[in-house]
Amino acid sequence: MPSLLFCGPKMAACGIVISIWGVIMLGMLGIFFSAKSAVLIEDVPFTEEDIRNDKFPPQAIYSLYNQVGINCFIAAAVYVAVGAVSLCQVRLNKRQEYMVT
Amino acid sequence: MGSLFRSEDMCLAQLFLQAGSAYDCISELGETGLVEFRDLNPSVNCFQRKFVNEIKRCEEMERILGFLLREIKKADLPLPDRDVNPVAPLPKHIMEQLQRLEAELSEVTRNKEKLQKNLRELTEYTHMLHVTKNFAQRGSEAQYEEFPFLERDAALDYTGMQRMGAKLGFISGLIQRPKIEAFERMMWRVCKGYTILSYSEIDEYLEDPDTGEPTKSVVFLISYWGELIGQKVKKICDCYHCHLYPYPSSREERTDVVEGLGTRIQDLNTVLLRTDDYLRQVLKKASESVYTWYIEVKKMKAIYYVLNLCSLDVTNKCLISEVWCPVGDLGAVRQALEEGSRKSGATLPSFVNRIPSNDTPPTLIKTNKFTSGFQNIVDAYGVGTYREVNPAPFTIITFPFLFAVMFGDLGHGLIMAVFAFWMVLYENNRKLKNTRNEIWNTFFEGRYIILLMGLFSIYTGLIYNDCFSKSLNLFGSGWRYTHRLMTRAWGSDIAANRFLILDPNITGVFKGPYPLGIDPIWNLANNRLTFLNSYKMKMSVILGIVHMSFGVVLILGDLNVCCHFRKKSNLYLVFLPELLFMWCLFGYLVFMVVYKWLAFSAAESKTAPSILIHFINMFLMQSSGNQLLYPGQIGVQGFLLVIALLSVPVLLLGKPLYLYWLHNGSQRLGMYRGYERVRRGSEEELSLMHAQDMEEGSGHSDPSTSREHQKEQINFGDEFLHQGIHTIEYCLGCVSNTASYLRLWALSLAHAQLSEVLWRMVMHLGLRVDTSLGVLFLVPVFGLFAVLTVSILLVMEGLSAFLHALRLHWVEFQNKFYSGNGIKFSPFSFALLASSFDHDGFP
Repeated sequence: MPSLLFCGPKMAACGIVISIWGVIMLGMLGIFFSAKSAVLIEDVPFTEEDIRNDKFPPQAIYSLYNQVGINCFIAAAVYVAVGAVSLCQVRLNKRQEYMVT
Repeated sequence: MGSLFRSEDMCLAQLFLQAGSAYDCISELGETGLVEFRDLNPSVNCFQRKFVNEIKRCEEMERILGFLLREIKKADLPLPDRDVNPVAPLPKHIMEQLQRLEAELSEVTRNKEKLQKNLRELTEYTHMLHVTKNFAQRGSEAQYEEFPFLERDAALDYTGMQRMGAKLGFISGLIQRPKIEAFERMMWRVCKGYTILSYSEIDEYLEDPDTGEPTKSVVFLISYWGELIGQKVKKICDCYHCHLYPYPSSREERTDVVEGLGTRIQDLNTVLLRTDDYLRQVLKKASESVYTWYIEVKKMKAIYYVLNLCSLDVTNKCLISEVWCPVGDLGAVRQALEEGSRKSGATLPSFVNRIPSNDTPPTLIKTNKFTSGFQNIVDAYGVGTYREVNPAPFTIITFPFLFAVMFGDLGHGLIMAVFAFWMVLYENNRKLKNTRNEIWNTFFEGRYIILLMGLFSIYTGLIYNDCFSKSLNLFGSGWRYTHRLMTRAWGSDIAANRFLILDPNITGVFKGPYPLGIDPIWNLANNRLTFLNSYKMKMSVILGIVHMSFGVVLILGDLNVCCHFRKKSNLYLVFLPELLFMWCLFGYLVFMVVYKWLAFSAAESKTAPSILIHFINMFLMQSSGNQLLYPGQIGVQGFLLVIALLSVPVLLLGKPLYLYWLHNGSQRLGMYRGYERVRRGSEEELSLMHAQDMEEGSGHSDPSTSREHQKEQINFGDEFLHQGIHTIEYCLGCVSNTASYLRLWALSLAHAQLSEVLWRMVMHLGLRVDTSLGVLFLVPVFGLFAVLTVSILLVMEGLSAFLHALRLHWVEFQNKFYSGNGIKFSPFSFALLASSFDHDGFP
């Protein structure tokens, strides 16, 4: 079975750090979008028509908020996977280092 | 008393070391690292010192160790990296071991090389025989034939040859591939067709003996007629560095030779294998102790350097050395000397004596792993003068705070604090401690500084309410924004207006201030920067005045110390005028700022007086026609201005005039010599003269009056000049330094804007995509955002804010009280010697 190791120890460590940060930050962003925070209004992709054609005024925007929130949660899940892969790489690197010395 | 506020009390001591136990005593002192040795033989060349032979021996040992290390590295053996700390033994123990090891190693290596050369030759010979066998088998085209055909002497075509009676000769060998064509051409030109050259390339790569690289070789076979031609051919082969091997004359001979070669090659291979194994064993055994030896040799060399600094006494049996030592550690030094004497088994003890001295001792401030970082950044500007107030303990808090004011972001502060916390947790990890990377070492040594910087940044991030450029709404905004409370900017049609105004003068709009920090609604406001700029500028000026006043107050710390230093006169003639000048002018500015914040509200915002105009008018002594800040303002301002202006001449002339009056007063009172002597004996006079001498840097005061009189005459000019410069520097510095603190505002604005731009340009793109595949767009966008945040906002902005905070400390704060003219105490300590291999540049 060919070696599963494809990145060095430093790259794997960077991967873990960015994954942890990504999970925490995207998770919190998802929570804040779901809580419909006003500060994040600029990041919600609404257009003029959304506001004009809305029958029940904030609902369109609210559904957009929820959508972005779910996007963030999915991205956080992807980062969990990336983190797991990085963790494996770190373990493999440690094992290889142990075998050489 | 080991205290961070002031440097330690030092004394000059004399060590008397018995000749037999000198080595061990100094070894003990090196282990404890308490004293700094002074060079008692400064005029002696380093080649004429007493222990120069021992140092040469140490260097010889270092050379052997370097050779050993190179061999170990070549053999790819791992070096154990334990934390050992052996005591330095006498040199002859290690020297014998090392020399033996070196001799053995070089002999084995030589043998190995000889064997390898042999092997190479035999291999080439084998190849050559192989290839020429093919030549012979090809020989049906009859370019030439082997000897047997010749000997037959039948009707053959060797007409020409037999006629001349020449014999057919063969030369065979190997030549490097790049040279074969030139060789062939040369052969043709020189021998004019009397030789035939055939060649063919070997497929394998053979190792070139000179360079060790694999090269391609070509086997050639030359047949020639005649002796002379033969000699020419040989000479040409020599020129081209060919390896020549005897060509077997018959097929049986050839097979015999091939077999013989085969067995010899096998034997050689076995021998080489054994030699390799033996070499590895020797190196492995050496690699276990090479680290210990390395440290021992380093310690030995250091001890001999120190022994060279000592001087011999008259009887030649005792070494004397002078050391600087903290007064509190004299007991420990005595103990170390006793220990050394005991170890060397000397009968007479070595001892230490304190001697008085007039030189300024070096400055020692005892620090631990937490405070050493801060002490280092203070020392980088200037090591404190002996027994001066040390700004480091205050820097522990003010430096991270000023950094945080410029960096103020919750998210970035959190990342910085986590990074520093990781470094602190793993600070005992040997791999982190001993890397060679300079940049990493700088970050690692400052890990506590970075930790504090991160924690303070979290605090200022909460105050500025800024987390990755977004505000956190923790408590609910203090502004109400229902539809009926908003006014339009123009007209009544909401759809046409881009901005809606929340006017706090309308009841119900503003309910009260946000409990902690800036209200989160400002993040959505268009005039956010106008509000924040005003707030941050005023805050910077206030922080600046407070910081500088603290610096001036620290002058008091130097007042009651030794008689070397400042006097009571300084209290009234320097400290008070300086403080009054600063507070009357800039302290009043701070007062105006705070007063305006408290006394004026949103209702009067359109007509509130401008602080700047009032401040300018204070200096111009005019009244601005507008509204006053408070009743009686003109009078108060005039009074403060007069005090500030009066304090300038006091600062300029006070101290020199006071010294002049003291000196003249003493002259007038002391007419008789005896009276003078009594007068001089008074403590104030003595200490005053000492103070004069210390300040002017001259030596002991001379008892003769005329010389003193002359000296002080000359010094008055100096004194006036010095005080004049100090006054101008201080007064102008007050203005410029206050303005300099505005960088606190500038950098925090820059950081906030950069952070916002990064969010808008990067993260925003990832969040705005709303198709289902767009989710996967968010993942790399976040990665890019993370990398840019770390590289631009944390590293670049962090370094920038660090630098500016450092400058504020070094120049604006320390200018007020710190002179920094000292020499750092550098003790003789083995712990300070570089202890890892890499530091010395060993391969």
